[in-house]
Amino acid sequence: MQWVWENFPQIWALTLDHIGLSAPPIVIGFVLSIPLGYWASRSRVARSILLSVFSILYTLPALVLFVTVPVALGLAILDPNNVIVALTIYAMAIMIRSANDAFGSVSADVRESARAVGYSPVQRFFRVELPLAGPVLLAGIRVVSVSTVSLATVGGFIGIPSLGNLFQTGFQIHFFPELWAGIVAVLIVAAVFDLILSGLGRLLIPWNRRRTRRRATRMVAKEVIA
Amino acid sequence: MIEFKSVSKLYPDGTRAVDDFSVVIPSRKTTVFVGSSGCGKTTLLRMINRMVDPTDGVIEIDGDDIAKTEPVHLRRGIGYVMQNSGLLPHRRVIDNVATVLFLNKVPKPQAYARANELLDTVGLDRSLAKRYPGELSGGQQQRVGVARGLAANPNILLMDEPFGAVDPIVRVDLQAETMRLQRELDKTIVFVTHDIDEAFLLGDQVLILEKGAKIAQQGTPEEILANPASDFVANFIGADRGKRRLTVDSKVKPRGDDLVLIDAGGYAAGVISAPDGKLATGTASPKSRSISNKTSQAGDA
Ligand SMILES: Nc1ncnc2c1ncn2[C@@H]1O[C@H](COP(=O)(O)OP(=O)(O)OP(=O)(O)O)[C@@H](O)[C@H]1O
Ligand SMILES: [Mg+2]
Repeated sequence: MQWVWENFPQIWALTLDHIGLSAPPIVIGFVLSIPLGYWASRSRVARSILLSVFSILYTLPALVLFVTVPVALGLAILDPNNVIVALTIYAMAIMIRSANDAFGSVSADVRESARAVGYSPVQRFFRVELPLAGPVLLAGIRVVSVSTVSLATVGGFIGIPSLGNLFQTGFQIHFFPELWAGIVAVLIVAAVFDLILSGLGRLLIPWNRRRTRRRATRMVAKEVIA
Repeated sequence: MIEFKSVSKLYPDGTRAVDDFSVVIPSRKTTVFVGSSGCGKTTLLRMINRMVDPTDGVIEIDGDDIAKTEPVHLRRGIGYVMQNSGLLPHRRVIDNVATVLFLNKVPKPQAYARANELLDTVGLDRSLAKRYPGELSGGQQQRVGVARGLAANPNILLMDEPFGAVDPIVRVDLQAETMRLQRELDKTIVFVTHDIDEAFLLGDQVLILEKGAKIAQQGTPEEILANPASDFVANFIGADRGKRRLTVDSKVKPRGDDLVLIDAGGYAAGVISAPDGKLATGTASPKSRSISNKTSQAGDA
């Protein structure tokens, strides 16, 4: 504890770095996955291509991505954007699958009746399909958020500052307070992100009764295990 | 008036759902398409609001070819009620009813006022307005579906097996309500069902359809019952089984002047009054097929 108080400024700075590394992939991954997931839910060909490409990318070890991304994009090896791009790819691997399920879960009856009363295709997407996909999308982004926050620690191993630095050095010099401080800080960041997301969900999806929410969580849980 | 002129629909997978279909659907009357599953009823109905476009032929509304009308615009002017209500689960009842009004850019206060009136029109308590559709019974949801279909005050109301999924008691209720609405609001209703009794109850004009939307017979219920055009029709309306051929029960002696009627299967089918041994007579006319409004409020609360 003593160590934490003495090094608080450093921990705080690394926490901010960590948020800076993990928040953009969550947001960018979500935004990019919505149209791709929608496309996947509408076309069988798109679905099989997108889902298999991203499953392959997902199986690549993080360090491999961190090294290949700068080469592919022509970035400096220590540019934090490398980590952001790599984490975005991981986020999309989970989120596209989840968005595909989310849009697939909107009942055909409801889509047909929205058409029948005269929603244009764009209105139907934003006012009917997107909101109804909300519960499953929310469950998906919560999984993405936790996984991204924990993956971002790997940045530490390639010299990009994040909370991972704490457990890396803590581990190397067998200094446990620093190791523990790192772990706890990561958990706190993940928990805060999750609170923000579920709060947004409650605000934006008020009709979402307990039953549908549980079903959505189960759907995502099944996939993460699979 | 809606007119189908040699309309065909060939789905991309090769199914010929509608084959050279021509008919005139008169204004301010109820026309019923009845036929067994897969004969093309839904396809016909959806061609009227361009949810399905015909591969051949022309459909005209009041003389105008609908292929020249932009589909989204066309749909906002035609009511559509479907079997599973199709209500938007994330919008409250009142917003569901007002959907079309919002799409037509009617200001909110007016839209809500109109939606509330419509709840009265279809016999729903205004206290249900704030609920989500999932919090209503099936019969109530169908009523909301009908209210939504009526919201833009369309001349045409398309109903695709709207009462197929509700229990028989609520169904009778909703049928009565539909007849009352037809009388009061004077809409052109195109109604799809596979229940011949429902077709005869509601239809001013009934079309019995075979596979490919081939018209087996077209006419008023009375005409069809009196002269089934083919064995297919006779079979479909149950005439050959004598189901509709009624005889006076010779054994039962009810009080008063009524006699009990039985069908060919021996089941009691109704009563007929026969003062001094003379059977009561009347004239069939659709407007006389009204059911007391008293029955319309009960049932599905
Ligand atoms: N989108 C589609 N693509 C291919 N075939 C279709 C499509 N929609 C309907 N069909 C086929 O066209 C035929 C007529 O279908 P339709 O839905 O119009 O029948 P229906 O009379 O409404 O049947 P039901 O009483 O079961 O609702 C059926 O053989 C059906 O399988
Ligand atoms: Mg149908």
